[in-house]
Amino acid sequence: MSVWVDKFDVFAGGFWLTLQICVLAAIGALVLGAVVAVLRISPVPPLRALGTAYVTIFRNMPLTVVMFFSAFALPALGSNADFLRIPGLELVFTRLGTDLPYFRFALIALTLYTAAFVCEALRAGINAVSPGQAEAARSLGLTFTQNLRYVVLPQSWKASIVPLGSVIIAMIKNSALIGFFGVVGDLSQSADQLTSAEGYAFIPVAIGISIGYLIMTVPLGALLDRIERRQAVAAR
Amino acid sequence: MTGEALIVLENVNKWFGPLHVLQDVDLSVARGEVVVVIGPSGSGKSTPCRAINRLEPIDSGTITFDGRPLPAEGRALARLRSEVGMVFQSFNLFAHKTILQNVMLGPVKVRKEKPAVVRDRAMGLLERVGIANQADKYPAQLSGGQQQRVAIARALAMQPKALLFDEPTSALDPEMVGEVLDVMTSLARDGMTMVVVTHEMGFARHAADRVVFMADGQLVEQAVPEEFFANPRSDRAKDFLSKILTH
Repeated sequence: MSVWVDKFDVFAGGFWLTLQICVLAAIGALVLGAVVAVLRISPVPPLRALGTAYVTIFRNMPLTVVMFFSAFALPALGSNADFLRIPGLELVFTRLGTDLPYFRFALIALTLYTAAFVCEALRAGINAVSPGQAEAARSLGLTFTQNLRYVVLPQSWKASIVPLGSVIIAMIKNSALIGFFGVVGDLSQSADQLTSAEGYAFIPVAIGISIGYLIMTVPLGALLDRIERRQAVAAR
Repeated sequence: MTGEALIVLENVNKWFGPLHVLQDVDLSVARGEVVVVIGPSGSGKSTPCRAINRLEPIDSGTITFDGRPLPAEGRALARLRSEVGMVFQSFNLFAHKTILQNVMLGPVKVRKEKPAVVRDRAMGLLERVGIANQADKYPAQLSGGQQQRVAIARALAMQPKALLFDEPTSALDPEMVGEVLDVMTSLARDGMTMVVVTHEMGFARHAADRVVFMADGQLVEQAVPEEFFANPRSDRAKDFLSKILTH
């Protein structure tokens, strides 16, 4: 058990790196997912097809495969994903700015994959708004964008927030894969480092990293439960 | 009431899958005219109403409004819809907005009018439909009849050239039907162009300039109300009237 004390800095560092990629991927996936959701409900058929194609591909492909594509296909295309070295952002999220691109590749894969699920959670919320609301807005002469902005979206977030939370929790757990694609020092890769390279017993290390993930996921789940309870009361 | 035509449907056909809900429908509504569409349930009588502002696209034929054919989806269509008010069977008030905000949304966002000006007009309209004292409540806090009167005020706030009513009283408790019909009757008297799909024969009798009878997707006959109710020409209309007027 001494590993928890001796190597606390490794656990803490792993937690911090996993938290970084999760925060960035969550923001990316929420933005991209919202864009794809708008495409999927657009009145323009080609845009709708584009949105549907996106969801079909990224929801149905294993994350591991998406990670492979990101980590091998991008370099093959000559990209180091340097567009993610965003000034200012890389001061806080230091791995964004390093010369080793694997953090950025993993971030791209996690974002692309999660965005498909975010899109569907948002769409579930939009579909929960009665079609009469959008119809009334159209009959007043509101455009598609105005309709979404003033009528549909303000009513849809309530039904979206709980499924969205589940998607983000799943994403945090999925981030455990990034260690297999060149990212060094996240929570699960730290476990590998401590057990195989430094010879610590597996079980205490596994418990240590589990606690790391639970610190991120359990409060998020509790927050969602609270929101859901509040809504249940409001709906009465 | 034989003014210039505001709404013209020519040879309109519409299918829902294999169901031919509109069969070669021709209908012309003059400016200031009140046309009441009646017919058995499932006769397709709501569809022409919904087709006039293209909530329901048609498969063939032409619809013109104010001399212009209906535009395809896009800004031009949004502009046309802003000139045609619509009142729905299920009210469809915006559930997350107050009564006053419901009435103001269209003029402020679509017409870009000044909120202060719109507020005065909206309050005037709510006054007219008798619910000015509920302006800050949410739709769910109002009765069905009150909600439908707000929906009428919301449509009027756009100062439309015509109003379409799709079974405006069918979802109401009986004691609330009267208050909505009163508002509609006063609009009709003021010369608003109206297409009303309804089961309210009383309203058809006293407020309509013309009654249109639809059955099985066809426009079977049309006449002034006195003539239609006293001497229906088609068997289909005779049958329909005998069923509803015996009770």
